[in-house]
Amino acid sequence: MNWDVIIKYLPRLADGAILTLELVAIAVIAGLILAIPMGIARASRNPWLRAVPYGYIFFFRGTPLLVQLFLVYYGLAQFDAVRNSSLWPYLRDPFWCTVLTMTLHTAAYIAEILRGALQAIPRGEVEAARALGMSKGKALYYILLPRAARIGLPAYSNEVILMLKASALASTVTLLELTGMARTIIARTYLPVEIFFAAGVFYLLISFVLVQGFKLLERWLRVDACQGR
Amino acid sequence: MTIDLHGFGPALLAGMLMTVKLALCALLLGLVLGLLGALAKTSPNKPLQWLGGTYSTLVRGVPELLWVLLIYFGTVSLVNRIGEALNIPGLELSAFAAGVIALGLCFGAYATEVFRGAILAIPKGHREAGLALGLSRGRILSRIILPQMWRIALPGLGNLFMILMKDTALVSVIGLEEIMRHAQIGVTVTKQPFTFYMVAAIMYLALTVIAMTGMYFLERRAARGFVRAGE
Repeated sequence: MNWDVIIKYLPRLADGAILTLELVAIAVIAGLILAIPMGIARASRNPWLRAVPYGYIFFFRGTPLLVQLFLVYYGLAQFDAVRNSSLWPYLRDPFWCTVLTMTLHTAAYIAEILRGALQAIPRGEVEAARALGMSKGKALYYILLPRAARIGLPAYSNEVILMLKASALASTVTLLELTGMARTIIARTYLPVEIFFAAGVFYLLISFVLVQGFKLLERWLRVDACQGR
Repeated sequence: MTIDLHGFGPALLAGMLMTVKLALCALLLGLVLGLLGALAKTSPNKPLQWLGGTYSTLVRGVPELLWVLLIYFGTVSLVNRIGEALNIPGLELSAFAAGVIALGLCFGAYATEVFRGAILAIPKGHREAGLALGLSRGRILSRIILPQMWRIALPGLGNLFMILMKDTALVSVIGLEEIMRHAQIGVTVTKQPFTFYMVAAIMYLALTVIAMTGMYFLERRAARGFVRAGE
């Protein structure tokens, strides 16, 4: 093990880690916003409303993220309409392509998490809200969503960790995030074991911090107190 | 609408076969690793517990792509040295072997947790009954624990297999000629990236649907003789 090399390239790897964090943060927050209406539609009792997001979720959960990323980054350029549109400067940029793909991908998973959480709320609580004269919208906003957030939080934190690991795929579209940076350094130093090891430690550290952060959030939202029935 | 693949259709189908082979081989390795990991984690032996715990935590905390790259590029000198010791100069790990090892490792780490949960779900009395009947520990494992654990672990393993099948796309990064790699080759020749990656996506969707159907029948078979609670 060549420790000097690891120490020498630590700042570059840290730069990569920051880009990784940016990608993951944007994707899981934008994905959550996108997933809320889809999750609500999926938990609806109206079969037509339920069917609308189904195709989207089926596609994004049934195909590899790598395929989706290549479809967006390489695939969209096949259409002249896309190349001539005002969005092209963004869709040409690997950063925005990765953010877009990761957001669409994770939104499908989060929508299913939200559906599960909404369906896990005891029926009595919904009926109580309606009995108090709350409209459907109000019950959703004040009772159902806060309750579902607490039920779904552990699964959401899992999804965030999965997205952290999925962000490594950004290196395949030339982004220099943690894995991409490691591959670049290896191309220069020919020391794959050392550099990949260091990158792996970075990922472990980030996921450790994220797990601890979600534990704090769970305590702050008092998730445990809501589990007892 | 017909899709013109410019004669790359058979190549893509060959890639699909390769994907299936890779997924099944990795599944086999992963099941073995997962079972060993779960047995280590639930054993009363402290160092074994630590070993199983470290394996599942370490492997699950690092991206699958990093494992694929690390095992393919990181073991070159090691495999070379092994080759020299065995008198096979120039021995190297093929992309397929590296993919099987990397994906099997990742599958095994998650399967460790699934199997552990399933082992813990078996009532303690069953093991004690086996001991009281004078069965050896190996017998208890193979005749009492494993057959029951299988049914409980199956849904979790099915989910993991779906994830594994999608992760096989990562092995295209080290040049294995599976679906994605063949799609990439098609793209460089025809300059039609959307068409080819969409066909690749549909192939993965088809594999997912087949695996889901297979899981449905496996689960139904494993659950025969059981009544679902609450129905």
